[in-house]
Amino acid sequence: MEQLNTSVNLAGVVLKNPVMTASGTFGSGMEYAEYVDLNQLGAVVTKGVSNVPWPGNPTPRIAETYGGMLNAIGLQNPGIDLFCQRDIPFLKQYDTKIIVNVCGRSIEDYVEVVERLGEEDVDLLEINISCPNVKAGGIAFGQDPKLAQKVTREVKAKAKQPVVMKLSPNVTDIAEMAKAVEAGGADAISLINTLTGMKIDVNRRTFALANKTGGLSGPAIKPVAVRMVYQASHAVNIPVIGMGGIQNGEDALEFILAGASAVSIGTANFYQPDATIRTIREIEAYMRKYHVTDINELIGAVR
Amino acid sequence: MKKTKEQARVIRQDCLMEGVYSMWIQTQQIARQAKPGQFLSLFMKDQSSLLPRPISICEAEAKTGWIRIVYRVVGRGTRELSGYGTGDTISVLGPLGNGFPLKPKKALLIGGGIGIPPMLELAKSLHGEKQIVVGYRDQQFLVEDLQAHGAVFIATEDGSCGTKGTVMDAIRENNLDAEIIYACGPTPMLRAVKEYAGQHGIECYLSLEERMACGIGACLACVCQSTEIDGHSQVNNKRICKDGPVFLSTEVEL
Repeated sequence: MEQLNTSVNLAGVVLKNPVMTASGTFGSGMEYAEYVDLNQLGAVVTKGVSNVPWPGNPTPRIAETYGGMLNAIGLQNPGIDLFCQRDIPFLKQYDTKIIVNVCGRSIEDYVEVVERLGEEDVDLLEINISCPNVKAGGIAFGQDPKLAQKVTREVKAKAKQPVVMKLSPNVTDIAEMAKAVEAGGADAISLINTLTGMKIDVNRRTFALANKTGGLSGPAIKPVAVRMVYQASHAVNIPVIGMGGIQNGEDALEFILAGASAVSIGTANFYQPDATIRTIREIEAYMRKYHVTDINELIGAVR
Repeated sequence: MKKTKEQARVIRQDCLMEGVYSMWIQTQQIARQAKPGQFLSLFMKDQSSLLPRPISICEAEAKTGWIRIVYRVVGRGTRELSGYGTGDTISVLGPLGNGFPLKPKKALLIGGGIGIPPMLELAKSLHGEKQIVVGYRDQQFLVEDLQAHGAVFIATEDGSCGTKGTVMDAIRENNLDAEIIYACGPTPMLRAVKEYAGQHGIECYLSLEERMACGIGACLACVCQSTEIDGHSQVNNKRICKDGPVFLSTEVEL
């Protein structure tokens, strides 16, 4: 059998394969460790963590939609203290890269968490400037190129690890956003976060979500995500991490061919707990089928 | 060996009343591990319905691997389920959640509407004195199954059977008392049960429900409000799918 190279390089961090988890869908891996051998993943991207514990939004927090789902969890998280005490040591037991997703309501919030993580043995930081479900911070930074650049610059000034900026698809021009964070010093970008949506329960004549609006994810959004990954990867020279509706190897390869150096699996974890592992196996099968010995040959191969 | 979804086989399916179905499925591992109060995640064949449907275990037989679920058709997913017949396969994850703690005390089992099914496996598993109180809008289901395992008291909203009113009315009308209460049903009922247990100083376990996505504690969709700051979340939230669905009544705010 041919020797396959599936490893990819994200801003100097080498992943054994390009498959990672999407923030917020996998916790810090603890729950999924019963279903998935975390050692096999390229990286685990954690649920967003803030400087202090966040309670999140009222319920219902999710609603199913056609081929997808809406969520408005509201970034509930235990805060950076417990995260450093519990989640990082948990992940350190595994032979996988650790990417910590950071959320905040202000630039100071982001910087505080990033500085704290500077003392921790984690590989990459992903800055969430794109959550549609929190009132302050989140998406507000991700929809204004100047603000996005400012957050990036201030985070980069303090960060000990390479910084990935996670972009929102809820913008007019994704290329402009990608360029803005690249100019701010971002080491990589990841996209897409969820698309803002709404569902109405016609029988109860209410919103399906307590938050009224939520983020749409799942296979339904994949074509939008592939398009944006393509546009963003052509706009910048830093690596792009692609996500949005990926549920198998073929989906992952679409993103890679569109220009993604790595991919994240999110919503699919909910209905196929080992979707990450299956995706890795399917990418390898594709490489064997088409005699591709190095996955890097595939990155951005469709121009 | 990692946990994974099982392909279960449908043994039989019956319509108990309009919109309420009973389905027996054959599993490999799940029935052997199942405890009363736990639930299953059922996955639809229709790929436009992605998320698992969390449905409580009504009965489980370790020896045969059979599991019974009784559910109400409320949307696309449960409608698909209701169309399954003998020999069909279904993808299942479970058993999930914690289940009811079994204690040798004089027990009151309270079920309301589609919260009644888990009371059957609980009634089968409890070996002390037990009284089972069930509340319906009008039509009843599972009454005979329950009667095989304890004294059953019925409440109907329209008064067509048993006490007219709620399960609480039936408890008062029949002067029922207990050392422990187990309840599953709509939130207003659970609220009343919690209050009753509080007033009488009775140990009380409530099975809660909420929209779920992962079903295993990762996504934080199905949280309930906890009385104290939770050790896992560091806020006043507990995960119904993982920390529950059964909670001590004093642990949660309804």
